[in-house]
Amino acid sequence: MNILVCVKQVPDTTEIKIDPVTNTLIREGVPSIVNTFDGYALEIAARVRDKNGGTITILTMGPEQAKKAIKECLAVGADKGVLLSDRAFGGSDTLATSYVLSRAVRHLEGRLGCFDVVFCGKQAIDGDTGQVGPELAAHLGRPQVTYASDVEVVDGELRVKRESDEGYDIISCPTPAVVTVVKTAYEPRNPTIKGKLAANRAEIPTLTAADFEIDTSLCGLNGSPTKVKKTYTPARGGKVVKIQESDASKSAAALMAMLSDAKIL
Amino acid sequence: MSFEGYRDLWVFIETHRGQAKSVGYELLTPGRALADRAGYKLVAVIIGKNIGAAAARAIEHGADTAIVVDGDIYDVYNTDAVSLALLALIDKYKPDTVLFGATNNGRDAGPRVACALKTGLTADCTGLDIDAETGNILWTRPAFGGNLMAQIQCPDTRPQMGTVRPGVFKKTAPDAARSGNVISEDVSVDPAQIRTRVVDSIREVAEAVNLDEAEIIVSGGRGVGGPEGFAAIRLLADTLGGVVGASRAAVDAGWIPHAHQVGQTGKTVGPKVYIACGISGAIQHLAGMSGSDTIIAVNRDPDAPIFEFAHYGIVGDLFEVIPRLAEEYRKMKA
Repeated sequence: MNILVCVKQVPDTTEIKIDPVTNTLIREGVPSIVNTFDGYALEIAARVRDKNGGTITILTMGPEQAKKAIKECLAVGADKGVLLSDRAFGGSDTLATSYVLSRAVRHLEGRLGCFDVVFCGKQAIDGDTGQVGPELAAHLGRPQVTYASDVEVVDGELRVKRESDEGYDIISCPTPAVVTVVKTAYEPRNPTIKGKLAANRAEIPTLTAADFEIDTSLCGLNGSPTKVKKTYTPARGGKVVKIQESDASKSAAALMAMLSDAKIL
Repeated sequence: MSFEGYRDLWVFIETHRGQAKSVGYELLTPGRALADRAGYKLVAVIIGKNIGAAAARAIEHGADTAIVVDGDIYDVYNTDAVSLALLALIDKYKPDTVLFGATNNGRDAGPRVACALKTGLTADCTGLDIDAETGNILWTRPAFGGNLMAQIQCPDTRPQMGTVRPGVFKKTAPDAARSGNVISEDVSVDPAQIRTRVVDSIREVAEAVNLDEAEIIVSGGRGVGGPEGFAAIRLLADTLGGVVGASRAAVDAGWIPHAHQVGQTGKTVGPKVYIACGISGAIQHLAGMSGSDTIIAVNRDPDAPIFEFAHYGIVGDLFEVIPRLAEEYRKMKA
């Protein structure tokens, strides 16, 4: 299997704090990580590769420092990685980002052959849109399965376990395809010392807009149909009626009386 | 910028075996308000099988018109079938705005359609407004795990599209006296264009965890302490006629299946009453339940962030408080 995994380097949003005075995000000192769901996507890809043979290529778009994310992926089993980096790509919304990725996929396929599967995380934990995967599939004209928690290859087709309201569906999907991944039942593997050393030594090539066929008017802010008008930190409530009676029975009785009076229960 | 020929506001109503997802009807509420301000018709677009009843209900919940596409291939969700049907309808009618519920399937079809049209789609919105001058929808959505809110618009392309979280808006009471057009559209999709197929559906949870439609949710978090601790949560949920929810901490610890998870990476809910037990109130959890009408927190720590969002809070040990809440409720209803 010729596999591509798209990853994004993101700030660890679980570590983000709000400045209580200015009510803005404190971004300083927040570690950059490989987007959690992309890590699960890589683990599924690695299991598919380990079982069926093949190669895993990592593709990421971002600044030079995003090479660190690629190296983290190499350390846990990816075979090679490519960084897409150009000022023209900055400020891209999901449509423009997926366009850039789709052009890069076509370029890489010219050298490496068609990717049987392109894996993405279901969403990035900073933007939380979940749109780049399906939009990449649409740009490439390939079938997609989103919200996958496992993938197997049966008779050359993908069998994808997809989250549903009641459990999961098994979806059959021909290749080439795009699959986006949720949290898996298994934990992503840890890097080995050998893997880390090899990743550190690896040369990561960078592709700029000049290196492949791409219409830069469809990239970046200009190529993005959605515009961010403003951002703000959400307002806090702060009007709680706090009940702390001498014992639990009294607290429970007091709350139920209030809820009954307010016709809530 | 003028958008010649684009008009009306559409709400895509997702169906599964003829049953509409609640969020579709919910979106008719803000859809009605926005359509009235823009001078547009509110159109419910329903794709499925045996969906006549769903179309009638959409009218009762505020739609002027329902466009229905009925066929065997739409019985259960399929990315290609639904996307191609929507694209055919959008090409024919040229809607100005399209709203999708931000369910897994809405977030699967929405980007597929938006990309084909090379237009903007705003994900997972929790607030909708309109700039009356330009007709641009102002889409409000959380990002950075709920730490930041962003207001987005799509000024240069139509249709403008967004997915909207379930539970944020409330269905209006159905009005059986309302009348509206039901337009049946026959969209023929070439079977060769349907590439994926559901080969099996597995129900993993013992009982259906219907967090989307629940009026009362009792949720447990890290403070519940273990799988057996959820017995207390379940007791209160059963007593109140509610459903059991959970924080990511409890799900990640393996105490309860993922289907119960509420939050940024779980379900978004908007029940009448949400009772958070032993949940500290991480922003990612709050992002999934802040649309609840009444939030009640039970936590030992008087400084837990959940108390900043709750309407009512009891400071105390949940294992003492929860059974007594159930007891008091039974007494009250006796």
